Formats: sequence, C-alpha cells, structure tokens
Amino acid sequence: MSDMNGPKGLTRRQLLSRASAAGASFVVGAGFVAAPNGAWAMETAVLKPQTMATLVQMARDIYPHDQVGDEFYVIAVKGYDTDAAAGGIEEGVAKLNAAAKAAGHDSYLAAGWERDRVDILRGMEDDPFFQQIRGGLVTGLYNQKAVWPIFGYEGASYEFGGYIERGFNDINWL
Amino acid sequence: MTAPFELSDDSVVVIIGTGAGGGVLANELAQKGVSVVALEAGGRHEPQDFINDEWDSFGQLAWLDPRTTSGDWRVAKDFSGLPAWIVKSVGGTTQHWAGASLRFQDHEWKARTSYGDVEGASLLDWPINAAEMDPWYTMAEDKLGVTRTGDRPGLPGNNNYKVFEAGAKALGYKDVHTGRMAINSDENRDRSMCQQTGFCFQGCKWGAKWSAGYVDIPQGEATGNLEVRSQSHVARILHNDTGKVTGVEYFDKDGNLQMQKARIVCVAGNSFESPRLLLNSASSMFPNGLANSSDQVGRNYMRHMTGSVYAVFDKPVKMWRGTTMAGIIQDESRHDPSRGFVGGYELETLALGLPFMAAFLDPGAWGREFTTALDHYENMAGMWIVGEDMPQATNRVTLNSDVKDQHGLPVANVHFSDHANDIAMRNHAYQQGQAVYEAVGATRTFPTPPYPSTHNLGTNRMSERPEDGVVNKWGQTHDIENLFVSDGSQFTTGAAENPTLTIVALAIRQADHIASEMSAGSL
Ligand SMILES: Cc1cc2nc3c(=O)[nH]c(=O)nc-3n(C[C@H](O)[C@H](O)[C@H](O)COP(=O)(O)OP(=O)(O)OC[C@H]3O[C@@H](n4cnc5c(N)ncnc54)[C@H](O)[C@@H]3O)c2cc1C
Ligand code: SF4
Repeated sequence: MSDMNGPKGLTRRQLLSRASAAGASFVVGAGFVAAPNGAWAMETAVLKPQTMATLVQMARDIYPHDQVGDEFYVIAVKGYDTDAAAGGIEEGVAKLNAAAKAAGHDSYLAAGWERDRVDILRGMEDDPFFQQIRGGLVTGLYNQKAVWPIFGYEGASYEFGGYIERGFNDINWL
Repeated sequence: MTAPFELSDDSVVVIIGTGAGGGVLANELAQKGVSVVALEAGGRHEPQDFINDEWDSFGQLAWLDPRTTSGDWRVAKDFSGLPAWIVKSVGGTTQHWAGASLRFQDHEWKARTSYGDVEGASLLDWPINAAEMDPWYTMAEDKLGVTRTGDRPGLPGNNNYKVFEAGAKALGYKDVHTGRMAINSDENRDRSMCQQTGFCFQGCKWGAKWSAGYVDIPQGEATGNLEVRSQSHVARILHNDTGKVTGVEYFDKDGNLQMQKARIVCVAGNSFESPRLLLNSASSMFPNGLANSSDQVGRNYMRHMTGSVYAVFDKPVKMWRGTTMAGIIQDESRHDPSRGFVGGYELETLALGLPFMAAFLDPGAWGREFTTALDHYENMAGMWIVGEDMPQATNRVTLNSDVKDQHGLPVANVHFSDHANDIAMRNHAYQQGQAVYEAVGATRTFPTPPYPSTHNLGTNRMSERPEDGVVNKWGQTHDIENLFVSDGSQFTTGAAENPTLTIVALAIRQADHIASEMSAGSL
C-alpha cells in the first residue's frame, strides 16, 4: 500500500507533528489517519480522517484479532472512502458517536475499553450501518491474501503440486 | 466433432442443463446414436480455468442470478438471496462437488413403508426399488470411477481424516473409512490421480475428480451426436394443441431469443430452476404450468438435513490440505427410531479455507467469541452432516413475479422450514460430531448451522400415481409423454446419502429407456 508510507512524502516526524490523537490507536491530521508511531498512514479522499479512524477501530472491535495489524483493517474499510459511500458512512459514524455519548463517553474512539465499545456496537447490531460494515469485513478482512499466513492458511496449492508430497497427512500428535 | 443441429430440426432431444443429470443423459444418448442439443445457461470452464481461491472461484462458477427465500430456515436470514450454493457452468454443480458417491440403502427406496406415517411429512415410496437400481448403480460407479467400488482402491487419509478417524474409533464407531469418492485414487486410469490439492469445491485442476463438464460432455461431443450450446438460458418450453412439447425458447449468449424445435425435452436445471421453468411455461392449456395437473411441481423441496461440526485442538491439523471430503462415518446412517427420529445420517469430513470459514462458521456472528475460533484456524478439524430430511408439501419453489432476472423472467422463491424430525436428527448429529472430536482432545467445538443448500431435491418428484407427483419411474412426466425430468428434482425422498451417484444412475437408466422407446417408435 503506497499510501502507507505517509501522505505527500512527509517524514514520520513531520507527519506526527501535524497530527493529534484519536483514541489510543490512531492519530489524525488534515486529510490523513496514521498509527501513533507513524508505522503506517493513510490519506483520506472524502471521509473525515476522524471518521476513518473510527471505522478502523470499529472494524477491529467487530473482528478483533490481536495478531493482525491495523493496516489490514485499514485496507478492509478504505473502500468506503468514495463519493458514493461516504455520505452514509459519515451518518453512520455520527450515530455511533451519539450512542457512545449516550453511554457516557466523549466519542466512540474515546471509550478506552474494548468492552465498552462492544457494548455500544451491540446496541446497534440491527442497524443497517453496522450490518454494512460487518458484512463488508467478512470478505474485506478475511479475503486479503496477506492476512492468510497470519492464520496459518496456505492458500492456492496447485502450482506447488498439491500436498501429496507436502504434508497432507503429516499430523504427528494423534 | 460437435454436431451442429438446425433450430428447426424437430428430431433432436433437447436437454436443459448439463450437470449431473443433464450432462450424463446427453452423453449416454449420444453414445446410443440419438441426436442431442444440450442448452446450458453457464459457460464452459475446463480444469485449467479453475481457480484455487474460494471467492474468486465462487465468482467464476456459482449460480448468481437472483432468487428469493422465505420460511424459518436460517439461510433465509443470513443469505436471503442465495438459497443454494450451486453452479452455472457446463457440467453444472459437478464442477463444485466433493465427489462422495454413495448408494441409497435398501429401506430408503421405500421411505413411507419404512418410516410409517410421519406427521407433517409427505413421504412416499419410490416407484423403483433397490434391486432394480443395482445394475445402474454399478454403471454409475464405473463411469465416475468411484473408490472402494469395483477394483478401485480407497484414497489415502489426510490430516483432517486422521483426527476424525481417531475420534470415531475412540467412540466405538466401526464403519469408518476414506469414503467412496469419484476421485481417481491410482495412476492407471484415464483421469489423473488425486494430488491432494484441497480445492475440490473450486473445480479440480488435475481433473482427478469426475465432473460431467470435462468427462461426459466431451465424450458425447466426440460421437458427433451432441451439440452443447453454452450461455443459453431456456426461458420456456413450448407445446402444441395436442399437449405434446414441441421445443424450447432460450436466450442465446448475446441475449437474443431463439427457438429450438425438439422431439423430446428433458429438464435438468437443478431443483430450483427445473420447477421454475415448468411454472414459467404456463399456457392457456396448462395454466398452472407444464406437467402440473397434480399441483406437485415445486413442492416437497428437500435439501438434506445438514450442519457441520468444527473443532479446535491444542495442536495443528491443517485440515485444508488434501481432499475436501476425505472420509466418512456411516454407523449413524441406519434407520433406528430409538434415537428419536426416523431415517439416518452420515458424517463426512469437510474443510473450508479461511475466507469461507469466516463466512460460514457462524454467519452474522462477531466479537471475540467468533474471532478466537478463527485464531485457531490452523488447529481446526471439520466434518459435515448429511441426513435424510422429511419432504413437506409446504416446502416449495414458487414463482416470485415481483423479482425478475436479467431476462425479465420471474425468479424462484424458495420456501423452507425444518420438520421436527430434521431438528431432532440434527441435534443428535451435533452431539455425536462434537463427541468424536472431544474423544481426541478438542478444546472447543462448534455446531455450525447449514450452509446455503448444496443438495437440492424433490421439486418434481417421482411417484407411482399421477396425483402424488410429477414424473413416473422413468422420469417421464405423468402429464406429457415427451417431457422428462432428468435431475435431482425427481427424487421422491432424499435418503441419507449424497445424491449425485443416484442422479447419475437414474440418468443412465433414463437414457436407456428413452433410446429404446424412440427406436420402438413409441416416443
Ligand atoms: C460444494 C458442493 C459439494 C457437493 N458435494 C457433493 C458430494 O460430495 N456428493 C454428492 O453426491 N453431491 C455433492 N454435491 C451436490 C451435487 O453437486 C448436486 O447434487 C448435483 O450436481 C445436482 O445435479 P443436477 O443435475 O440436479 O443439477 P446441476 O448439476 O446443478 O446442473 C444443473 C445445470 O442446469 C443449468 N440450468 C439451470 N437452469 C437452466 C436454464 N433455464 N437453461 C439452461 N440451463 C439451465 C445450470 O446452469 C446447471 O449447469 C455438492 C454440491 C456442492 C455445491
Ligand atoms: S484434492 Fe484431489 S480431487 Fe480434490 S481438487 Fe485436489 S486433486 Fe482434485
């Protein structure tokens, strides 16, 4: 992902100097979201950076895998950063933040515990916005080939001659 | 060598759909010198075209034209537009299938007699019996090259099987083996040997698994008697005023409506499309649809009692390596009402890749309860449950005129609710499946709900009496003598076994019947 290298060729230091914290996991600046340590950054085209950060956190809270880095969740939701999708997403995230406020947090991202954020999500489980994000993640996250090795899944095998010589029956603990 | 037949040639047999039923029937008739035009909605996909990637393959092969759902089955909620996971391609769903090839048990041919009067079920005995089917089964096993039949050895067990077998033996199950599979298990045959690639559901790139698409269709074409027109979607079956069918209207690959004349028409579009086509062919003479004087077209839809059990262990399994369906436990397939239900079920190993596991393990689920299961994907083993479900008149395919497909035709609505017997059997199977894995140290087990249907049966069922069903013992419609049904929709009841071997055996038998009636001049 080229936009993971920092918007407009900014160095990590320059980038972080233009950003402010969004929850514990993200910093946002004008037109971009980044990791607090600058390890990755993503420019947004239409969505507010704060909205994108919220979406990424929401994605992780829906399908939390602690061994999977944020960059994969970013890839899973960045398709919503388009003219066609953004309006509905801004509205949905506004609803999410309103639900967070009603639960006593400044915003969704400001809720520090996963448990609190999950409670907020449970409260809007039947909402079409929640279902849109959850449904999209099923392929958006788990169908990324780069994610598969993290789970041990080996993907295509034909080009390697199948598993007949590569351990189809190598189990040794039974 | 493909035979080009004229649209106006009214001496041909037209077959609609080229899957397990239609593809085999087309080849068998062509071998007997009968001229056949096979019309197939899907395109041609050869082994080299298949993709070792679950979603990409799904996009390539699956039937994605619109359908709608109703009833209390969970599929209607989680996959409302996708009641079935079946294929639109030359070869039909045999491109996707796993290859498990089992004969019905004798008592299953007479389900009504064997099980008695089950409340709410529309059980019937088949008008054929086990002895009559025996030679056709043998021919089907030889055609498909089924392992553990004839002189064909079994396949070797993969990791997923070894876990399953160890658990089964620990529980005391006896009838446990690597299955009777239409997958080549040795090197000395015309198809290549299984390379344990593990993408059987995505089309076997080695051609080790039998498919009507790359086995029967080319054989039929080589005779010069078979013409396959792919990307040709049949819209309507036509008839004359004596009530005999005369041909079909279809949309060709460019979307133009064509008319092919026919001496005989055989419908083999799988259990949603076949009744849909008969219903969409309604006319002033047949206002309820063709061959529907019994009002049975579309009714008694069966999908097998299914479900899966996945389990996580403290060590790796890597279930995706090797044949997708790598073995079977048959001990529960008997009819033994002391378990609290009639009929029986089979347990068969099954593996999904990570992308499909995420979609199907517990559709709609989220949060850590779900994701911690996937975290241990590498340590998972899995099995599929397939058992006899009860036919019910209210489980049915009807036309939904509010929704039209790309050709403007009303789509099929699929209504399904489980029978109490189905639920009792599924609960028993979940318990046994979980026990199998717990017996070898599973740390967590998952009784997984049924996927969109892969086995679709019964919507044009076979019956002795015309008022009970749509076709007779030859698959010939009770109402129209030159109209046949040739796919899984003929099934009177579903039995516990995966259906394709029986569909193929019935197609071979039907070809024999049609060819001899044609030469006797009675058709
Ligand atoms: C993932 C998976 C695994 C399976 N594993 C097994 C297994 O291990 N063992 C087993 O026994 N069975 C298995 N099955 C089931 C098996 O594939 C089906 O039972 C069998 O293929 C059904 O045969 P059929 O002739 O009824 O229909 P199909 O094989 O589905 O063929 C129907 C064909 O008709 C075409 N068609 C439909 N409507 C029209 C129209 N209007 N005009 C023209 N063409 C049309 C379709 O495009 C399709 O090609 C599996 C299925 C799936 C999806
Ligand atoms: S496991 Fe065997 S049958 Fe299945 S796709 Fe691979 S080679 Fe073909």
